[in-house]
Amino acid sequence: MINEKETAQRVIEISGVNPRKCMKCGKCSATCPSYDEMEYHPHQFVDMIDKGQVEKLLDSESLYKCLTCFACIERCPRGVEPAKLIEAVRLVKIRQQGQNHLKADMIPDILDDDMPQQAIVSAFRKYSK
Amino acid sequence: MQRIGVFVCWCGSNIAATVDVKRVAEAVRSEQGVVFSTDYQYMCSEAGQSIIKNAIKEHSLTGIVVCSCSPRMHEATFRKTAAAAGLNPYMVEIANIREQCSWIHKDMLSGTAKAIILAKAAVAKVNLNAPLIAGESPVTKRALVIGGGIAGIQTALDIADAGYEVDIVEKSPTIGGKMAQLDKTFPTLDCAACILTPKMVEAAQNEKIKLFTYSEVEKVKGFVGNFDVTIRKKARSVNEDLCTGCGVCTEKCPSRKGKNEFNLGLNTRGAIYIPFAQAIPNVPVIDRTQCIKFKTGKCGLCQMNCAAKAIDFSQQDEFVERNYGAIVVATGFNPIKLDKFEEFGYSMYPDVITSLELERIMNAAGPTKGHFERPSDHTQPKKIVFVQCVGSRDTSGCGKEYCSKICCMYTAKHAMLLREKYPDTEVYVFYIDVRTPGKNFDEFYRRAVEQYGVHYIKGMVGKVTDDGKGQLVVQASDLIANEQLKIKADMVVLAAAIEPDPTARSLGTMLTASMDTNDFFTEAHPKLRPVESPTAGVFLSGVCQGPKDIPETVSQAGAAAAKVIGLLAKDKLTCNPCVANSDTLVCNGCRQCEKVCPYGAISYEDKEVLRGDIRNVAVVNPAVCQGCGACTVTCPSGAMDLKGFTSRQIMAEVDAICR
Amino acid sequence: MPINEENKEFTPLIVAFCCNWCSYAGADLAGTGRLAYPANVKIVRVPCSCRVNPTFILRAFQRGADGVIICGCHPGDCHYTSGNYFARRRMTLLFSMLDYLGIERDRTRVEWVSAAEGAKFAATMNDFAAKIHELGENKRLGDLRCK
Repeated sequence: MINEKETAQRVIEISGVNPRKCMKCGKCSATCPSYDEMEYHPHQFVDMIDKGQVEKLLDSESLYKCLTCFACIERCPRGVEPAKLIEAVRLVKIRQQGQNHLKADMIPDILDDDMPQQAIVSAFRKYSK
Repeated sequence: MQRIGVFVCWCGSNIAATVDVKRVAEAVRSEQGVVFSTDYQYMCSEAGQSIIKNAIKEHSLTGIVVCSCSPRMHEATFRKTAAAAGLNPYMVEIANIREQCSWIHKDMLSGTAKAIILAKAAVAKVNLNAPLIAGESPVTKRALVIGGGIAGIQTALDIADAGYEVDIVEKSPTIGGKMAQLDKTFPTLDCAACILTPKMVEAAQNEKIKLFTYSEVEKVKGFVGNFDVTIRKKARSVNEDLCTGCGVCTEKCPSRKGKNEFNLGLNTRGAIYIPFAQAIPNVPVIDRTQCIKFKTGKCGLCQMNCAAKAIDFSQQDEFVERNYGAIVVATGFNPIKLDKFEEFGYSMYPDVITSLELERIMNAAGPTKGHFERPSDHTQPKKIVFVQCVGSRDTSGCGKEYCSKICCMYTAKHAMLLREKYPDTEVYVFYIDVRTPGKNFDEFYRRAVEQYGVHYIKGMVGKVTDDGKGQLVVQASDLIANEQLKIKADMVVLAAAIEPDPTARSLGTMLTASMDTNDFFTEAHPKLRPVESPTAGVFLSGVCQGPKDIPETVSQAGAAAAKVIGLLAKDKLTCNPCVANSDTLVCNGCRQCEKVCPYGAISYEDKEVLRGDIRNVAVVNPAVCQGCGACTVTCPSGAMDLKGFTSRQIMAEVDAICR
Repeated sequence: MPINEENKEFTPLIVAFCCNWCSYAGADLAGTGRLAYPANVKIVRVPCSCRVNPTFILRAFQRGADGVIICGCHPGDCHYTSGNYFARRRMTLLFSMLDYLGIERDRTRVEWVSAAEGAKFAATMNDFAAKIHELGENKRLGDLRCK
């Protein structure tokens, strides 16, 4: 079992985001269309992960309220990319849930021509270790 | 009888839109003395000025009235125009029909009516104007710099570089000021001593610069170009000329109880001491409150051990009188006292320190020889909390209402340096705002956060207590997380607000240089004349004018020096001819005017007012008089009047307005 | 000032003495900021508030002014160090004498307006003009007017 600080570090690694770059201006939350639905808002994700407080986020519904619209990434003046962090928290959550990883040789069966490329890449990222 | 010309300016549409300029020009034609009046789109333009010049010649005008913008704007312009046409420049009066009329009265009828009245008042005044001739006064080609910190040193060096003599008066035993106490400087992190001490040496060795250390300005008389200053050289008890600076006396001194001011009292020093190793001059001073010889009469160890025979217990304060053409104020600042901020426990816990104290603790020549340790138990702190805005932007009365400007940057510097030298320390900074305008400043602060991992937390510290086991408990708010934090810290560093040096107030009074409510010197114009005091011949350098960091101080010091050089380069100064003048025949010798004059411009002399009738009457020195007019109202006999603003002139204006 | 015969409306005449360094600059700033105040306020520029001789004020009242206001630098900010203190003392004495003579205390005023206080200048003039308007015409010295 890894501790909370390490989990937060894992989120940072997966996302490739440096939360220290945040200047706490709140523009990400200001632009977020799901703001009213969320318990923790994009800027809080950044701040809490920086402080290593990831447990609350993992248990939060907010994780699934994010539409991944990338508005926050688009508008952040410091290039922090909060949506990537949220996505990384989601990933950690999914991975914690355990054994539902996709095997590479299963993929050709699932693929069909209508599936967009983006979804395939996304699926690889989500379901591979 | 005057021959007056009136020139009404449209100022494009600025005046003409709400004032019927043609009617104004017409209306004044019937006024006493007016022989010519006209209007034009831009009187201040070259073409407008030509109209004035031609009219002066064609109509042999003896006085002119320009109805235009504020005299504060173009009075000087039109005076020059008049002079170019051979008219005495003081025969020009301005009727302010823009700022006082067209810009504020939107109704054409009332605007025009008011403009006419203002024009008539100016005409009434000009009727009584007399040609004035500005006198000249010589310039003493030497400058005085008060304060020997980086501001004063830089100003002096720049003035000396131009070839003029400069004296620096510094109240402490060495020059160097606050910068000498700093460890590293932002945003480059070079060591303060490495860049300051060469400048101190340069100042000491420059033959144009004379240092008066351990000295204070006692009295200032005179005026721009001719200041007469008395300097008090406090008794050092050491003969500066004989002393070789060997330092044996400071080692032999048995008294060890004096607080080391240079290290902010973090350690002690002998009664005879040199403030710090690179002090200039490298001459010790005896602290008479600590010296055993002065307290008990017995000791004199320093004297016995001084091979140069420089110790002189009988030395007295000495007064030196010097003349200067210009004075630069560079009195600097101090951090405020923090005893009113009980919540931070500064006077209760030794490990709650100020940022300046931290500078000394971090400095290799400081009280801990550069070992970073807590004052209480000399252990190395692992968790440090910085609190910003301690007393800055505080209107509660405990602090200062202004932003001290330098704290954000030096706190970032401290935090960064600590994280770099001791990576296992955790550093928290509590802030209200982080303000880092300046070249490479914000980048510097972001480096502290992003590269060095300093925890910047938006919110203030509310309380510092201790847990009884030698650790401090910092209770603070994290406004972004919306929670209250309790941090166990080993050390708390307070970014105390800065305030002008306490000597500034009395100096301001001596120099008649105005100050704001915070005792910062006021500049002549906040944007366009930032290094000049409104008092002619007095210039401002460094924090005495407002909080600023080293780069800004140095640039202001250079700017002040340039202004001083510009003044000293002149051989003669033109005086303001609008000065008081006493009618010796009317003066009754009561000496009332002498008492109210803030400049000491009035003296009493025996004069033969009529043949054989010698009386003791008031005489105004026109070079000293600044033309305030206080004496004119005080004078019970009506002998005193002010040229350019005579009682008759003002009465005539009042009459014209009330007609 | 006599009542305007055409519309019977009383427009008071107000003389404002402004020191050159602070208040006159403040008035300029009011102008630059287009901050209106009544047109019946007329400004006389003096180097310092201490140049205002009590006789100037008497003269103004004598010649028909309905109110007189003296504006100077804030205490401690006088360009000439102490001029405004002299003005304050002199005017205190003069105003109480005028009050004794029957010229209401509200017809005279001393205000400190700095060069940065354009808004204060306009507000002060508006307020003063309104006060004088309430008081009506200054009749007390009317019979002494030498026109």
